[in-house]
Amino acid sequence: MTKRAGMEIAFAAAEAVALCKPDVVAAYPITPNTHIPEHLSDIVADGRIDAEFICVESEHSALSACCGASATGARVFTATSSQGLLFMGEVMPIVSAMRLPVVMAIGNRALSGPINIWNDHSDIMSQRDMGWISIFASNGQEVVDMVIQAFKIAEHREVLLPLNVNLDGFQLTHVVEPILFPDQSEVDRFLPEYEPYATLHPDKVLSMGTLGMPEIFTEAMKAKDVALINSKKVIMEVWEEWEKLFGRKYEPIQGYKTEGADVVLLTMGSMDETAEVAIDELRERKISAGLLKLKLWRPFPIEELRNAVKGAKVLAVMDRAVSCGGAAGPVCAEIKAALYGEPNPPAIVNYVIGLGGRDVTVDDFITIAEKAAQAEKEKPKEAYEIYGVRGS
Amino acid sequence: MSSIVENFDLFAPRLVDKEEYFSVGHRACQGCGEALGIRLMCKALGKDTVIINATGCMEVISSLYPTTAWRLPWIHVAFPNSASAGSGVEAGLKVLRRKGRIPDRDVKTVSIGGDGGTVDIGIQALSGAMERRHDMLYVCYDNEAYMNTGIQRSGATPFGASTTTEPAGSASFGKKAWKKNVPEIMVAHNLPYVATACPSYPIDFMNKVKKARKIKGPSYIHCLSVCPTGWRLPPNLTIKAGRLAVETGVFPLYEVEDGKYRITIKMPEKLRPIEDYLKIQGRFRHLSADEIKMIQERVAQEYNKLLDKVNNLHSWPDLKQ
Repeated sequence: MTKRAGMEIAFAAAEAVALCKPDVVAAYPITPNTHIPEHLSDIVADGRIDAEFICVESEHSALSACCGASATGARVFTATSSQGLLFMGEVMPIVSAMRLPVVMAIGNRALSGPINIWNDHSDIMSQRDMGWISIFASNGQEVVDMVIQAFKIAEHREVLLPLNVNLDGFQLTHVVEPILFPDQSEVDRFLPEYEPYATLHPDKVLSMGTLGMPEIFTEAMKAKDVALINSKKVIMEVWEEWEKLFGRKYEPIQGYKTEGADVVLLTMGSMDETAEVAIDELRERKISAGLLKLKLWRPFPIEELRNAVKGAKVLAVMDRAVSCGGAAGPVCAEIKAALYGEPNPPAIVNYVIGLGGRDVTVDDFITIAEKAAQAEKEKPKEAYEIYGVRGS
Repeated sequence: MSSIVENFDLFAPRLVDKEEYFSVGHRACQGCGEALGIRLMCKALGKDTVIINATGCMEVISSLYPTTAWRLPWIHVAFPNSASAGSGVEAGLKVLRRKGRIPDRDVKTVSIGGDGGTVDIGIQALSGAMERRHDMLYVCYDNEAYMNTGIQRSGATPFGASTTTEPAGSASFGKKAWKKNVPEIMVAHNLPYVATACPSYPIDFMNKVKKARKIKGPSYIHCLSVCPTGWRLPPNLTIKAGRLAVETGVFPLYEVEDGKYRITIKMPEKLRPIEDYLKIQGRFRHLSADEIKMIQERVAQEYNKLLDKVNNLHSWPDLKQ
C-alpha cells in the first residue's frame, strides 16, 4: 500500500534510498544535502536497513569509497552539494569510465565565491561532461520517484553508469511536502537485486582502472559516450514502467500548456512549478505562453527538444549558472547547439537567473515572458542576460 | 647474506608461496625495489586479497591496457585515494559477505601507494581510513620522490637529496627539510600494527605482511623501495642500497604492536657511517662534509629516539595505572 506522508524532502530522499536497500553509503557533510545522509545514518543506526555507512573524511573519499564498494558489487549511494561535488570531481569521470552504477543525490548549491550556501546549478554544470546520467527533480515527489528509478536505471545491464539526481538546495531539500511512498514490496518488485557485471573478488581475478594509452583512449571515451547516449532507451523504459505502476509520468522534457504557445519558457528544477503558475497567469491575460521542464540533462534529449519547440516563436531559456565569458549559459548553449540547422527554429533568448539563492518569483517569469515576446521582434544586443542584477 | 635472496625456497620453503601473483613482463625499470617489494608482498598475502593501487609507477608499469601483471583482483582509481577506495572495497566485501552474496571467507583489502600518494596527497584519505578502523592493510612503497613523474621532491624525500624540483645548485644543497615520519603518524592513530620494511630483507618483509594480514583492523607497513633511476645508482646495487639504509640507521626495520616497539632484524653493534650509504647514490653526490655531518647527527638522534621507544614503551594493554 502506498503511504502518504508529510516530510522534509531531504528526509524523503533518504527514505527512498532506504527502500532501495543500499549496501554501502559513504557521505561527508555539506549544506544543503546534509539531511539526506543524516537521515540515512539514522535508518542504518535503527537497523531498518543492513548497510555499511562510511563516515568519510572528505567528499573526495566519499566518492572514492563508493567507487571501491561498487567495484565489489555493492549497491552504493552518496550525496553532496557545491564544493563537495567539485572535490569529488577527480573521481567523477573515473566512476563512469569504470561503468560503476553509483547513485548520488545532489542538493544543488552555488559554487564559491563568494561563499554561498544557497541554490543554483553551478555545481552540477561544472560536472556536466563526466559521463554520468543527470536528472532534475521539480518537487519532493519527483525526488522520491527519481531516487528509486535511479538504481534501476544505473544498474541495468545495458546501462551500468553512475547517475545523479538533482534537487535544488533549500528550495527542495528543506521544504516539507506531502509525498506518496511506495511500500517495500512494491519497490522490491520494481527494483531487482543488483547483479554486477564484473566485481573485485579472488574467485574471478581481473584488473579495473588500467592505463589507457593513446592507441586506446579515444575508443574508451567513445564507448563511454555511446553507453550514455544509449542509456536513454532504458531510462524511457523505466519511466514507462513507473507510470504503469504508480501513475506518475516522467519524460525527458515535460511540456506545460505548450500547445500553440508563441512564447515558450524552459526551466529546470524547483523553478518549474513557479513557472507553471506564471504560465497560468499569462494565459489568463490571453498571452500565448507555455513551459518546457527539462528533466533529463544527460543524456541530453535532442530529438525531444526539437519536437517540443516546434511552432514556438520564441524560446526563453533559464540558466541557473553562469558560463563566465561564454556564448550562453550552459543549458542555453546546449539548446542552441541542438536546434542549429533545424527548419524554422524559434528565436532563442537566454536569462541567467536565481543565482546563489536569489528568489525566482512568478512575477519574474511574467516579466521574462514579456521581454522574450519583444525579443522576437527585436533581437537583444547581449547573447544572454543576467536577470535582476541590482543597481544596473 | 645474499644467498637468502637467491635461495629463499631453501631458507624458508614453507613460508614462501611459489605462486607468482605479480607476474613477469611488467614494465618496471631494471633493479626496481618497488616491483620486488610488490612481488614479495603478494606472496605473503596469498590469493584471497584485493589490491587497491594509487596512481604511480606501479599502476603505470603493471596495467597497460589490454595487459595486466596482476593475478590478484586489482583496482586503480586515482592518485590520492587508494586508502579511501580501499575503505569502500572493505565495506563492500564485508556487507556482501554478511548478506551471503559472496562466499563466506576472509578476503583481505590491501591498499598500496608510493610516497607521494601516501605521505603527501594521500595522507588525508589514509588518516581517515585508519581512524575508521577498516579491516585493511596499507603498504607505502617509499622511493623517496615522485619517480613516476620524473624525480620531484616529496615529503618523504630525505634531507640533502637532489630532486628535479628541489635540486642541488650553486646556492642550494637540495632538500632542506627532513623526511616526514609517517610510521609515527600511523602509531599515533593507535593502529594495532605498524612496521617498516625493505625488500632487501625479504623474509622480514613477508613476515610483517603476514602478521598485518592476520590483524582484524587497520595496519600499516612503510616499505623503503630503492629506485636506481631516481637515486642515481646502478640497478645492481638495489639490494645493497637497501641494506646500507638499514645498517647505517637511516631506515631501521622495526614493528610496533599495540604500541610496543621492536627492532626486527639484527642491527650492527655500531651503526655504519652514513657516508657508506650516501656515496653510492648520485642524488647525494653534491653534499659537503658539513652537510654529511649534519645528516649523521640527525640519523643518530632519530635512531636513539627509536631505541628509547624500544626500551621504554610498553604494549598498551599492559599499561597499568
